[in-house]
Parts: sequence; C-alpha cells; structure tokens
Amino acid sequence: MESVIKVENLNFYYGNFLALKDINMDIYKNNITAFIGPSGCGKSTFLRTLNRMNDFIENTRVEGKILFQGQDIYSGDLDPVELRRRIGMVFQKPNPFPKTIYENIVYGLRKNGVNKKEVLDEVVESTLKAVALYDEVKDKIYKSALELSGGQQQRLCIARAIAMQPEVVLMDEPTSALDPISTLKIEELLLELKKNYTIIIVTHSMQQAARISDWTAFFLNGEVIEYDTTEKIFENPRDKRTEDYITGRFG
Amino acid sequence: MKEQDITKRRKLKNKIFHTLIFLCTLFGIFILSILLFSILSKGLKWLSMDFITNFPSRFPKKAGIYPALFGSLWLIILTALISFPVGIGTALYLEEYAKDNKFTEFIKLNIANLAGVPAIIYGMLGLAVFVRLLGFGRSILSGALTMSLLILPTIIISSQEALRSVPESLKQASYALGTTKWQTITGVILPYALPGILTGTILGLSRALGEAAPLIVVGALAYVSFIPKTPFDQFTVLPIQIFNWSSMPKKEFQNVAAAGIIVLLFILLGINSIAIILRNKYQIRMKD
Repeated sequence: MESVIKVENLNFYYGNFLALKDINMDIYKNNITAFIGPSGCGKSTFLRTLNRMNDFIENTRVEGKILFQGQDIYSGDLDPVELRRRIGMVFQKPNPFPKTIYENIVYGLRKNGVNKKEVLDEVVESTLKAVALYDEVKDKIYKSALELSGGQQQRLCIARAIAMQPEVVLMDEPTSALDPISTLKIEELLLELKKNYTIIIVTHSMQQAARISDWTAFFLNGEVIEYDTTEKIFENPRDKRTEDYITGRFG
Repeated sequence: MKEQDITKRRKLKNKIFHTLIFLCTLFGIFILSILLFSILSKGLKWLSMDFITNFPSRFPKKAGIYPALFGSLWLIILTALISFPVGIGTALYLEEYAKDNKFTEFIKLNIANLAGVPAIIYGMLGLAVFVRLLGFGRSILSGALTMSLLILPTIIISSQEALRSVPESLKQASYALGTTKWQTITGVILPYALPGILTGTILGLSRALGEAAPLIVVGALAYVSFIPKTPFDQFTVLPIQIFNWSSMPKKEFQNVAAAGIIVLLFILLGINSIAIILRNKYQIRMKD
C-alpha cells in the first residue's frame, strides 16, 4: 500500500510540556485513518502537526520528521502555505466565511491565482455535487453561507477544502457539533470521498471510527498506544489499554 | 409575614433604582435639549445660504462661514488620509504580526496613555515639530498632521478591538486553504473587522472636526478672507470661527456663533450617522 505521509520519531512540545511522544506512523493513500483516544491525549495536536497549523501557536516546538510524499515538511523544503494547499482541513465547528456559498468554495482558488469564471463555476458545481449539497443549495449559491444549517455548513466546509484538490484531507472531529442525521450524511460522504482523497479523521466516537475508517490509531497521553487496521483494533487489540478504551472501561 | 415584608422591600428597592437610573438618563437628554433649544432659538434665523457662502465680516449681518467650512473640509480629508492608513497599519501590526513580548506590551500601554493626553499638548507638539522643525508653517498640512496625532490612539485602539473580534476559526479556515498571512488579512480579517474599524475612525474624525484648541496653538487663523487652495495654505476651521465670533463684543455675533454651531452640529451628526449606517450595513452581511 502506498504511504502518503510518513511520521518518524515525532516529538511535539508546548513550551516545556511534551505533548506528543515519539510518534511513528504511516498514512496510506485513499484510506480513512481515524485517531481515537480520550480528551487531551494529543490526537488533535498530532493532526495539526501534519499541516503545520500548530505554527500559529506561540512557543511550540517540533522534533523528528514528517515526510509528505517524501519531503520533510518541517525542513524548509516545503513552504507551509504550499503544504496547506495540498493538505486540506475541516474543523470541529463548521466555520464558513461570512460570504456567499460561491465565494466560500472559490476562496482558496482565488487566493492561489485561479480567477477564470468558467473554471470557478465548474469547481463550485462539481464540489457541491461531490459533497451532496448541490440539490439543496443550487438556488442560493449567491446567498450567504451563514443561512445554511449546521450540517450543510459543514458539508460546505468540506467542499471548500476539496475545491483545492488536496491530496490529503484532515478532519478534526467534523461531526461532533452536528445532529445524528447530519453526522450520517457526512460519514457517507467520507466513504465516497476516499476514492479520490486520503482522509485522516479525529473522532471522539468509537462507533464512527469503526464504521468508516480503514486504519485506527489509539492515542493516550501523547503516545500512540496502538496503530493498526480498524478491524484489528476493534476486534483483537494487542494492548490492554486499547481494549479497555474501546470497550468503554475508561475515557 | 416576615418573609412577605422582605419581598415587599426588595420590590420597593427594585423600583427605586429603576426610577433613579431612568432619571440619570433623562438628565443627559434634558441638558442636551436645553443646549439645542438655546442654540436653535438664537441661530436658526441667521442661517441662510448667504451665511454658508459669505466670508467673515465685521458686520454680523454679512458674516459667513465659507472659509471656515472649506478649512474644516480640507483638514478633515487630509486628517483622514493620514490617520486611517497609519491607524489600521499600526493596529494590524500589533494584533497580527507583533510577538507578545515586553516591547509590544510597552507600545500598547503607551498608545492607551496617548489617548488620554490633553489636546492642547498635541497642539504644542504640532507647533514645535510640524510648523517649526519640519517647516510646514501654519498650514493645513501642519493642522492635519497634528489632528492625526490626536486621533490616532482612538483609531488604533478601536481597530485593535475590531481585529480581536475576528473569530480565530475563520483565520484558521483561511490559512488551512493555503493562503499567506497577507491574503488572510485582506480576505477574511479586514472584511470582518471593517465595520468596527470604520466606526472608530469616523468617531475619531468627528472629534478632530470639533477641536479648536490644538489648532489655535498650531496657528490656524481667526480671520480668513480667502479659500485655501493647497495643503500649504493658511486656514481656519469652524470651531475656531465660532470661538472667535462668540468672543466678539457686538451682541449679534452671539447669534452668528449659534448659527455656526448649528452647521457644525449638522456636519457632526451627518458623519456619525454615516458611521452607524456603514456599521449596520456590514453587520447585516456578517451576522450569523
């Protein structure tokens, strides 16, 4: 299987606090990889090291290597702006811009120099279709994105991320602020999207990880306790702590 | 029985304070209406097209505010051109670029202090630096630069607050799409913060429009019989003209001054309503 991201001996510090300890991991292409674990275990922090979103937090430090398509993303070979163009992100709370639906989707493209109207129109239509939002919003794509429901906003945020044609999409608990029906829709969407994208998802819901992911990593206190296929993790975990967590004995 | 008493007392207290704070509000409105009434009753009949287009005169009937109106317009436009970019730039630097260290804190603290410095001090600074040291003379430019210094702290502080109100989640959304810091500033941060920035700026400008003291120090004239044509011309402004009239011995000049105040109030209210309209217009677009 082709590995897109390769993490080697990664340590991450907030000031003097070691938040991620010696992480090694391969992320595989066109797979969904889920990070599970109790709150504060470092799974979101780890997700954000992958597209260098932690750069915006002062007083943080990274040791070790993260290779994205063979390039070390912290070495200076790859500009973080370029990196984030190639590794998209969807956040916990839907965060559409206070602009029209159309402008939300083309925002990243415009900022990257794509201005041809035909191209942008095409992208808006195809990405809205890809996130199964087209039929719901086709009459109001020039209206404010803030008029959409929470679930629709989150699908719009996914559309905004994939409009950039990223190679990887990072998702930080994308359904935790949504109702069960919207959650289900997004899960179906992710299964569809993995044909074209590599998806990494942080989730608090073990059922969600079990339902949609191919690989699962269990985090505890900044360490990856176990990383394997989802099937293995949920049916036959090697580590006692993994078993305790997924059977609901703690966390 | 006792418990009922306590409830009664609490309700009474509630009522007393309700009335008290209502009276406080009335007090402000009361003073304002006295002020408006006395000015309108004195000045309204002196207000005419001639009053707007005439030059000042030693005959009250012929006196007008034309040069002062022009001087105020010149001054306010120049002041806006100087203070708006510098103010936003400073606020952007402090909020988005500067590291959180002692130096930044020192600057922020001092900007807050500058907002409390009396206007006359700015006038003296303007006289020393712009009029004399830089040799701009007693010109509109010197006046505008002085006024810019005066209102910059207000603009910077209100812009900082507007910038701080931009949700972190929107900035992150922008960065996560592969944009640079500057693109995020122009694409998300400034559009979101603009209503707040504009409100602060316009309020600052209306303060500059109403100030007389610093300009008297800088050397604006009291009697001007020409229209300023360049920023290097001498000038007067409405508040100085009004001040000048109100200190004239002839009694009719009190009424002329009142008419001038009406014009000044009218402009100030106009500017403030523009601020409110702009803010509301953008807020509707931004609301969620």
